[in-house]
Amino acid sequence: MNSNWEIVIGLEIHAQLATKSKIFSGASTAYGGEPNTQACLVDLGYPGTLPVLNQQAIEMAVRFGLAVDAEISSRSVFARKNYFYPDLPKGYQISQLDLPIVVGGNMSILDGDGNEKIIGITRAHLEEDAGKSVHEGLDGLSGIDLNRAGTPLLEIVSEPEMSSAKEAVAYMRKIHSIVRYLEISDGNMQEGSFRCDANVSIKRFDQKELGTRAELKNLNSFKFIEKAINHEVMRQIEIIEDGGAVKQETRLYDSDLDETRPMRSKEEANDYRYFPDPDLLPVIIDDTYISNIKETLPELPNAKQQRFVEAYSLKISDAQILTTTKKLADFYEAVEKIANTESQITANWVIGEYTAALNRDDLEIKDAKLSATDLAGLLNKIADQTISGKIAKEVFEAMWNGEGSAEEIIESKGLVQITDDSEIETIIDQVIENNPSQLAEYLSGKDRLFGFFVGQVMKETRGKANPQKVNEILKKKLI
Amino acid sequence: MPIKEIQNMTLCALKQGMKDKDFTSLEITELLLSRINDLGKPLNAFITVTAEQAIKEAKNADKLIATGNNKPLLGLPVAHKDLFCTDGVLTSCASKMLHNFIPPYDASVVKNLKKSGAIMLGKTNMDEFAMGSSNETSYYGPVKNPWNLDLSPGGSSGGSASAVAACLVPAATGTDTGGSIRQPAALTGVTGIKPTYGRVSRYGMIAFASSLDQGGVFTRSVEDAALLLGEMSGFDENDSTSVDVPVPDYLGGINKSIKGLKIGLVRQHFDAGLDDDNAKAVREALDILKEQGAEIVDIDLPNIELSVPTYYVVASAECSSNLSRYDGVRFGYRAENYNDLNEFYCKTRGEGFGAEVKRRIMTGTYVLSAGYYDAYYLKAQKVRQLISQDFKKAFEKVDLIAGPTTPSPAFALGAKMDDPIEMYLNDIYTIGANLAGLPGMSIPCGFVNDLPVGLQLVGKHFGEESLLQCGHHYQQATDWHLQIPEQFK
Amino acid sequence: MDIQDSETKDVVDKLSRIVEFVDQLQAVSTEGTEPMAHPLEQGQRLRVDKVTENNEREKIQLNVIETNNGMYLVPKVID
Repeated sequence: MNSNWEIVIGLEIHAQLATKSKIFSGASTAYGGEPNTQACLVDLGYPGTLPVLNQQAIEMAVRFGLAVDAEISSRSVFARKNYFYPDLPKGYQISQLDLPIVVGGNMSILDGDGNEKIIGITRAHLEEDAGKSVHEGLDGLSGIDLNRAGTPLLEIVSEPEMSSAKEAVAYMRKIHSIVRYLEISDGNMQEGSFRCDANVSIKRFDQKELGTRAELKNLNSFKFIEKAINHEVMRQIEIIEDGGAVKQETRLYDSDLDETRPMRSKEEANDYRYFPDPDLLPVIIDDTYISNIKETLPELPNAKQQRFVEAYSLKISDAQILTTTKKLADFYEAVEKIANTESQITANWVIGEYTAALNRDDLEIKDAKLSATDLAGLLNKIADQTISGKIAKEVFEAMWNGEGSAEEIIESKGLVQITDDSEIETIIDQVIENNPSQLAEYLSGKDRLFGFFVGQVMKETRGKANPQKVNEILKKKLI
Repeated sequence: MPIKEIQNMTLCALKQGMKDKDFTSLEITELLLSRINDLGKPLNAFITVTAEQAIKEAKNADKLIATGNNKPLLGLPVAHKDLFCTDGVLTSCASKMLHNFIPPYDASVVKNLKKSGAIMLGKTNMDEFAMGSSNETSYYGPVKNPWNLDLSPGGSSGGSASAVAACLVPAATGTDTGGSIRQPAALTGVTGIKPTYGRVSRYGMIAFASSLDQGGVFTRSVEDAALLLGEMSGFDENDSTSVDVPVPDYLGGINKSIKGLKIGLVRQHFDAGLDDDNAKAVREALDILKEQGAEIVDIDLPNIELSVPTYYVVASAECSSNLSRYDGVRFGYRAENYNDLNEFYCKTRGEGFGAEVKRRIMTGTYVLSAGYYDAYYLKAQKVRQLISQDFKKAFEKVDLIAGPTTPSPAFALGAKMDDPIEMYLNDIYTIGANLAGLPGMSIPCGFVNDLPVGLQLVGKHFGEESLLQCGHHYQQATDWHLQIPEQFK
Repeated sequence: MDIQDSETKDVVDKLSRIVEFVDQLQAVSTEGTEPMAHPLEQGQRLRVDKVTENNEREKIQLNVIETNNGMYLVPKVID
């Protein structure tokens, strides 16, 4: 990246709130229903219908605000954003403009050099989602499905304080983690319940004003966001270096071609003629309400991460991984409680084998093939030296495949570790005898060959020899 | 019972009559339906007549009455302004845009009256989307004033007013955003009441200007208005602007004495704009109220003259947004020839809406647009606050405010169509109550050139009881409200 | 929203008069006055988060002709 240029990125995240019913009506918000089977008269904008506010949407917005240290507005107002589009049944979207429910806030991320950086949050407000349009297979027409219309969204706007695509992704991951921790959104990007738009501009490092920004839409994975932003930055640099000017426009990211292109947007006519919605009254939130909610907040990722580092003496990076989701963190702690292995070892297993198995089989923790108790049981077999760490991996796979408990598998496969000194000594003697040339080479100074002997012992014992003992005894024998 | 008596009877009298077995609900219903069909035709007061359904309901009502069922409106016929959604029955708002709109649900007002046993005879004509003061903007043609068929009955609830005045139905619902119940009530010589904002649910009442609209009723007596208002009112969880305040027994308390009631007279009202004879009729009405023990006090509403421009900014802004949903996609009129989405919208809306509606949408769009919002919409909301404060101050000195409902009696059809401003000024006395959300009522108080004129009473928030008591006492000492146009006797 | 060419002059004429009329508002001072969005001085009531509406697509779409598999059809929307 050209060091003459500074990149300025702001993110607008739309998180669909996990309420059961819509923000202004009692229709279901469940995903995947047949078209228009979850669009009631209010959602369809039928004449005479009126909006009534879902209390859970307010509560979820407040939870978010408290989690990011923002201010909760004691009086917030819903406003109408007026524009015409077929997926917007009323011809206006109920949103918030001047008095959003959450103001300010911040989120800490690790920047490119691994240092903590605080990204400011400008505001977060509630609004209703629009419906969906289908453009293919309808003979030149478009089909409108309004099931999604009226689903509550929390629009989270960051300050333009990110300076690289990586930082943008880190911020987005943090927000993603928080909304899932708070259980206010399932954060499912494939289903569209967590969407991100990025405002990207560049400026010369000594330039005071910000450059013209482009808005990137249709960024529905962490990977795409990074690619799209990087691509956009390059595009803008090229334009300016060629003597041109960046146009303020909305661009869509095309993941197949890995490029952004301008969008002929519905939002081109940009005067939304916002005014307070006369069908809704101002939302009044008092301090008691806020403090009640504060008490129900779960331990948040940052705090949990900190606690893991302190309580379990874990590396920061490991603590960060374990606290990415509340479920994983809870799982780790459940295992940790029962397992007698050192916390770091337990962590290694959760981050390593366990997570790898989940990913490989595309499972959620709730559907995992091993429970916390199961895993802890296995780890205890390592702790009490029944088996080595290496053998444990074999046992883990067998357990995952449903072959039984750790105990059963170790028994049936005869995997108990060999720890008896004389037994090991016998095997070591055998190995040394069978490999005279290597012995000679080792004794003449090729220290590396120590590993060879260890390997041979392991081979002989099919990995069951206790590695520490092997090392100990071998050392004595190889003098 | 001679037929002529039934058609002129108030709801209260009809109720008693059915109880005394003088006649049945079916007899009432059949009589009124035939009147609507012959005598009523030239008035063009109805868009839809639900004869079959009404007769069925009347028969059911009679059965229930025979068993001693005492639902408050059992067997009583009413008509609904064609702006209230009625399940399975055309609800057009007198617009081409909704000429084919059959709602799949009932408005809360319709539901409430149905639940109380009322029978719907049909949907009444109105100004398109409730925008107008003369009932001349209807897609279904203008409504005539039963007192003189060349004259307008007022608007926007012209059909309901006309139907009640011509004794086609004893009561009809209406809506009032800037005077659309009170003004036609005055011009047709009937009683019309608009309750406090939030008193009656707006759910199912097709929106014009959300912060001003209120559903109300036309009747031939204040007593009837009290009866119906009691059944229409009440908290509705489907309407966020509905107020959870208990509904008093309006009818039960109607005889409370008005001795010592302080009635304010607004200095600004009795100015050059008010027709002399009209002013005289109003003053005479006040004299009668004085005789009954009320005290007349002079009050000031210093910003009241700004109420019309304030209203027009606020109402058109809100309506421009409320009418955006009419795009032909899910219901209503849909243009036939178009090449793309943009044309689809433009043609559907261009062809579906009438001129006045389009004018208001454009005005509303303008006052909300970037660069103009502060000067117009925001400014108007501030002036609205000033006007409300004026009323608040006045109500520290008085219990009610009285005055003329309109500047003059009914005007000729077509007379004011060229100048929208002249038309808007018809609402000059009524608009203030909408801006401040106050209850208002118009009752007949005399005749000028053989045409009825009305006395308007405006009360405090949720002060409907005082209005009704005052109006009822007046009607016990006068008989203006019992007059019937010659043709319809 | 279309306006026919023949209507244009009348529309412009009437609209200008309306705008002139509402300009009267500029005459009064509203210094220090809060705008009034509602006649009611109460806060928004909150609704319990429960699904209360069931699938009524058939009833609702009974009179709608332009649908396909439950979706409303419109001229193609170009993104």
